Order: sequence, then C-alpha cells, then structure tokens
Amino acid sequence: MIMPKNLLHLIRASSTAAGLAATFAIVASSSAQAQLRVEISGVGANQIPIAIAAFADESIAPQQVSAIIKADLLRSGFFKVIDTGSAMSETTPINYGDWKSRGADALVVGSVQRLADGRFDVRYRLLDTVKAAQLSALAQAAAPQMTRTSAHKIADDIYEKLIGARGAFATRIAYVTKAGKEYRLEVADADGEGTQVALRSNEPIISPAWSPDGTRVAYVSFEAKKPVVYVQDLVTKQRTVIANYKGSNSAPSWSPDGKRLAVALSRDGLTQVYVVGADGSGLRRLTNTAGIDTEPQFSADGQSIYFTSDRSGGPQIYKMSAAGGDAQRVTFNGTYNISPRVAPDGKTLAYIARRDGKFQLYALDLSNGQELRLSDTARDESPSFSPNGKYIMYATDSGRRGGLAVVSVDGRVRHTLSTQAGDIREPTWGPFMK
Amino acid sequence: MRNLTTTSFILSTALLLAACSSTKLDESKAPIEDRSSNMAGTTPADARSVSTVNAGSADGLDDPRGVLARRSVYFDYDSYIVKDEFKSVVEAHSRYLTNNKNRKIIIQGNTDDRGGREYNLALGQKRAEAVRKSMSLLGVPEAQMEAVSLGKEKPKATGSDEAAYAENRRADIVY
Repeated sequence: MIMPKNLLHLIRASSTAAGLAATFAIVASSSAQAQLRVEISGVGANQIPIAIAAFADESIAPQQVSAIIKADLLRSGFFKVIDTGSAMSETTPINYGDWKSRGADALVVGSVQRLADGRFDVRYRLLDTVKAAQLSALAQAAAPQMTRTSAHKIADDIYEKLIGARGAFATRIAYVTKAGKEYRLEVADADGEGTQVALRSNEPIISPAWSPDGTRVAYVSFEAKKPVVYVQDLVTKQRTVIANYKGSNSAPSWSPDGKRLAVALSRDGLTQVYVVGADGSGLRRLTNTAGIDTEPQFSADGQSIYFTSDRSGGPQIYKMSAAGGDAQRVTFNGTYNISPRVAPDGKTLAYIARRDGKFQLYALDLSNGQELRLSDTARDESPSFSPNGKYIMYATDSGRRGGLAVVSVDGRVRHTLSTQAGDIREPTWGPFMK
Repeated sequence: MRNLTTTSFILSTALLLAACSSTKLDESKAPIEDRSSNMAGTTPADARSVSTVNAGSADGLDDPRGVLARRSVYFDYDSYIVKDEFKSVVEAHSRYLTNNKNRKIIIQGNTDDRGGREYNLALGQKRAEAVRKSMSLLGVPEAQMEAVSLGKEKPKATGSDEAAYAENRRADIVY
C-alpha cells in the first residue's frame, strides 16, 4: 500500500496483537429495512485513530449520518474510532491540542440541514489534529432516501484522504436470496443496508454480474425451466434475453466497456465459452474443446478472458485472448480450482479451490504465482472484488444457511453479512458510480 | 427413492386385495337383488343409467408399470457415462420417440450440491448430454430432444450424505 507522504505521520505502527483478536458486532438498527447483520472480526495492522463527532442536527434525517460513517470506517479495518462527547458541526471551533491528547490523529465534524425543497444538506470537514489543519470538506444536498449514500460518500472521502486509495463504501452489491420457494435478486449498499428487490422468481437465479456502468445486472434465471441469460436494467425494469439457445445458457461476464458479454453455452454439445453483444446480437464461439469450458471473466483491460476448463482432467483456471485462440493454464495447485475473478489492477486472481474436501477462497499473485488462502470455512463460492481491489466478497455456508463474507485481499480484515431468514448467495460487487 | 416407490406400490396393492376380501361377505346380497330387478325389467329409470368403462391408454407413457415410467438415469460419483443398468430405460424412450415423432423431451442433468454452481451446471449438462448422445445413436432425431442442466439448483434429495448425493447425480427424461 502506498501512502501519500504528507499523511504518513497519521499512521500509527502500533502492534495489533490485541487488535487482531478484537471483534465488533454492529447490529444494523438504523432503518426499518435493515435485514443484514454485520459482524466484524480481525483488523488491519495499522489503524488510524480517528474521532468522529455526532453531526449537528443529524436526527432530522432518516438515517444517522455519523453512525454510518463510523460503521463504514470500522468495517474497513484501517481505523480505530475514538468516542466523542457532544455533536460538533463544521463551524464549531476546534481545540486541536485536546483531540491530539485524546489520541485522535484525525477528527470528523459536520451537520445536517433540511433545505426548502425537502432535500438534506449534509456538510462535513476532515481535520488533521497533528498539523492543526483541514484535510478535506464536502457539502452534499440530496433527497431524504439518499442520506445513506451521502454518509457513505463522506466515508469514501475520509478513506481516500487518509489511506490514499479510493473508498468503496458508496458502491452497491447484488446477491440472490432464497426463502421458502422464492428466489430474489436483491441490490443493497455495500454494507448490506438499504436492500431493494430487482427480481422475484419461483425458480433459481444464479450468477448475477454487474454492468461496468452500474445500471444493469446480467444473470441466469431458470424461470423458463432451463438456464437462460438475461440483462435487466435496474432503473427501467427492462429485461433483455441475451442468450436462450438450445441447451443451457449461463455464466455471464461483462467486457469492461459494457458492450459485450462472455457467456457459457451448451448449444453445440458440452459447455463452451462464447461472446455476445450486450443486446444479444453477434454470437461468436471462443473455445473449442471436447470438454467443459465455463465461467469466463474479462480481465480489467478487456484483453484477456480467464475461464474454468476441465481439459486437463479436473477443473483448472486458464487464460486466453479475448478474441479466443490458445489458452494458458493459470492454476496448478490441487485438482479443483474454479470461479476465477481478476482484481481491478489485474495483479491478483481470486478463485475457489477444493483442498482436503473443503471449498475455500484463495488469491493468486499473478506476478509470482504465490497462493494465499483467504478463508477457513468449507463451502465458499462466488468471489467478487470490491471496485477498489481492496476486498473480496464471497458466499459462504455458515451452518445451514448461506451468508456473505468480506475479506481484505491480504486476509487481515474480515466481516460477514447474514440475513435474518432464508439464505443469501451469489454476491457481485458493483462498480464505482458518480 | 426408487425402491421406496416400488415398495409402496406393492404395499398399496396388497392393501387393496385385503380390502376386497374382507368386504366379500357383506356385499354377497347386493348382486342378487340387482340381477333380479334387471331380469324383471320393472324399473324404467335403469334403462337410462350410464356406467363408465375405462378403455385404458394405448400410449405406453401412461402405463405406470411400463418401462417408460422409468425416466431417471443415475450416475456414479464424478462419472458421466450411462451405466448398463439404465440402457433399457434409454432404449425404451428412444423407441417411443422414434415411433412418436410428435413427442419431444427435455433431458435435465443434475449434480450433488458440492462445488461451484456454474461448474456443477456444466457437469449436469455433461450428464444430460450423455443421455442425449445415447438416444441420438439409437436414431432419435435432434429436433425431438433438448439436453439442459439444472446443476445443483433443483436437488431432489436435500441431505448432505452419500444417499442424497447419489439421488442427485441424475438425468431426468421429461416429456
């Protein structure tokens, strides 16, 4: 991780033997819609001590802005949140020495105001207590239902200013839930809050994949009694059939420009990789083997496609040009490596490996072939990188029900999301949005 | 599951027979009364009564005891080859389809619930495809068949023991 030089003094290289064992539990209670429970265990090696004051008049908004910011920063594993007393607005005079002596390297203050048009004006300032100076400030006017997003954007700004990487708190996730006979494709904030239902069905839904612009989700639905690939516009509800050929149609993955999708079809016999336009036109076959080629994934630069193939016997991950042609084998450890996902910077490959009968999340450093196991559960599936490349979300089976887990790519920070009822699977982390 | 079905069939047949024999004595009088009244022809309402006759079906698919009632092909662990014991099932359906050109089937491949959803979908396809190929070799036209996969999404058995896994390593022939 590269730190901006002028902020290096903020990082306390404190030993975190105790910190690693720390467990926080935040029971989401801020909104009636809250359905996911977040549990955090393990924290980063270096934590920035930050004081976050209650925002002045924040109780007038539907959600408590400062609480959302605190939860976001805690979950990231990079921050140690220091309690403050009373609310402080962005205009409250600051005694920097006081905060410094209380151990805070940074201080967050702000306010919420209702505007005449019904929107809420959320203002905030990020202060460096050591330098006694302002690091950042933001004012956002947004509709009441966007209060959570305003708070997540402030957390993003704090993360970026202090960590030196773009925050992903204001992004969204999509996943599938199953309760009784009902399957739902749901969309939520990255913290699992503010859920919205995009699709309801009595037949399975699998493999959702978020479009690069964040407005559409491709997925496989069995509503026609067989797997068919659809693209759904989340705003207009419009659905387009992308692949409904004879046999099974599955595993959609977007090209980075959002113009094409790679899919896995069995129209010519066994499952093979094809590419098709985002409107369903111009189908072209990319692989040509006598076995299984599936789970295609475009690399971030759009030049390559990673996929799962059993051409060597068991399933292994391969890489080929996005135009098709010869493939190179990427995974060599073990006899079962599936579900490749490439990091946004193209340097790390996340995948699920079966070792000793356990299906677990692994990360492979593509430059040196170094493999890192990132989970200690036994039934992991469907990894998905956060758009800033810092975290991987995946489905895991905790007991009888499926839940979602998030782990930092170095394995130091982890938290889980789980629903009160039913199970939750197939997560896909959405892109950065304006 | 298959054994269970057979057992319950035998059981229900036995119960039926038992029921018949036990009521024999009680009903002994009724037929005599009926016969006498019919012979006398004194009740005109009887001339308009209608009794239903079940002709049965000529379609072998409707015979619950015929070989066409068997519509599942089971596979060994990590195997995608139609075993000898299921060749008769595949052959019977192939014969039926070549004789009934207007009938179509979907062959649904399934897997147990271990492993990834998409890879299992491809494995289920491999099982459906094995059945489709066998039927194709027996002369069933492609237009009458579609091999699809349900992967691990629609398990028939929901347990996580070998019996449940074995039940889900299956391809179903669906008309």
